[in-house]
Amino acid sequence: MEQILILVSVSTLQTLLMVFFSTLFAIIIGFPLGVLLNTTNQYGITPKPVFNSVLSRIIDVLRSFPFVILMIVLLPFTRLMLGTALGTTATIIPLSIAAAPFVARITETALNEVDPGIVQAARAMGSTNWQIIHKVLVPEAMPSVVSGITLTIINLISYSAMAGTLGGGGLGDLAIRYGYQRFRTGVMTAAVIVIIIMVAAIQFAGTRLTNKMLSKR
Amino acid sequence: MQIKLENLKKTYDTITAVNNVSLDIPENTIFGIIGKSGAGKSSLVRLMSLLETPDQGAVFYGGRRVDNLPKDELIACRRKIGMIFQNFNLFSSRTAGKNVAYPLEICGTPKAQIKERVTEMLKLVGLEDRENAPISTLSGGQKQRVAIARALATQPDILYCDEATSALDPNTTQSILALIKDIQKKMNLTVVMITHQMEVVRDACEYVAVLEEGQLVEQGLVKEIFANPQTQTTRDFIKNVLNDKEMVKWSDQTGRFHLHFTGNTPDKPIMSMIANKFDVKFNIFAAGISHLPDEDVGYMNVDITGSDEEISKVIEWLEANSVHVRKEEG
Repeated sequence: MEQILILVSVSTLQTLLMVFFSTLFAIIIGFPLGVLLNTTNQYGITPKPVFNSVLSRIIDVLRSFPFVILMIVLLPFTRLMLGTALGTTATIIPLSIAAAPFVARITETALNEVDPGIVQAARAMGSTNWQIIHKVLVPEAMPSVVSGITLTIINLISYSAMAGTLGGGGLGDLAIRYGYQRFRTGVMTAAVIVIIIMVAAIQFAGTRLTNKMLSKR
Repeated sequence: MQIKLENLKKTYDTITAVNNVSLDIPENTIFGIIGKSGAGKSSLVRLMSLLETPDQGAVFYGGRRVDNLPKDELIACRRKIGMIFQNFNLFSSRTAGKNVAYPLEICGTPKAQIKERVTEMLKLVGLEDRENAPISTLSGGQKQRVAIARALATQPDILYCDEATSALDPNTTQSILALIKDIQKKMNLTVVMITHQMEVVRDACEYVAVLEEGQLVEQGLVKEIFANPQTQTTRDFIKNVLNDKEMVKWSDQTGRFHLHFTGNTPDKPIMSMIANKFDVKFNIFAAGISHLPDEDVGYMNVDITGSDEEISKVIEWLEANSVHVRKEEG
């Protein structure tokens, strides 16, 4: 029993580590890309059709990769960046790169839904493009962005289980290696329960944050 | 500030939304631009407010050409314009007070000054107690008041109202118009009102221009246009406001002559003078009066029977007594 507890808590920590940092990097990469997708599209504040469609295609290609394949394709890149392609830290790179295009699309969609009249009003008052982005578009779209990022985190939890194949550890890995391959049902059950609790907690927090923002409007 | 439009033209794909529009808008007045939907009003106001650049022609603010400014100057120029919209276009992520603060924030006004100005502006529009209210808790009229406060926070010279009362009920429309008129006087603003409602023009504007299919078909002082409309479009607009219980009909038939009484003519016994002077008979079908802010305009729909010669003498005499006569064709 004590052994299970240790196994599960170490794995939980690894999962949290992977998910936290890959979410962070996915937002750092994906969010600005999403803003670019929105502002350069046909109806955006600074339409750049060629740039927009090139960026859009790249993001679609990245999103089409099944995560397992993406992980393998990125092995040399991960090794170049970190000196190793194995371990918990190493999985953060493929996880971030898998989630970034998702964050970009979510951000783009959220920004596209901002009423164009509001942007027109901001422009008529003499806002610069940068002011429109950080004072109008992003604050207006924030509740949708937050609920999209909640989705991203939950996706990353399930992706992180696959990252176990790179020796990344984490709850998914634990469930497969101990629970499935060694028939230790107790470990598997514990790992799955922790994942369920984690997903529920993140969904709860995300929904709450979104609602809190909306209730002030 | 005086606004001058010179041969403005704007085409979207194959549709010419604004076609060769030239217009002089004097400063310190309320100028209405009326047109049916699709007449090119919104396109015209976007050109005037520098949100879009014309394909041809030029826009001048107080003698300075402003439609071809480089980016920095364009932004500086837009900061001297206020604009309000049909859908209010307030920032839902900000409270009423923070909405008013926005135009001040973007031009780097110090915080203390912003706070002071926001309080002052909200007071001006009668919403001093709603500074921290989220936008969704405000009524339509209150939203438009916040929008007016926001538009005027930077003390611009020009206020554009793009269908600003079209989403409001008649009572709220009246109170918003009264507010705009009041603020126009207080701040010496040049107000341009884009609308499809003739009652807005009648109740608030000094001048009006009528837009049809991207072209200006008629313009002038509101009282003159009401008294003597030249085009069918304008007559239709005026008829719409008159049907609002101001026209009394005695018969379903209509006479061949439309008389418009202007100036002080409603005080004179015009009709009985005609009956004495000329050998004609009158039949009155309908009559009414339209109250403009500083003048009343009377309308009468009549048939005049008699010899053609006498009738043309009557018309001449009426015109000489500032009663405009329009004969229905056919």
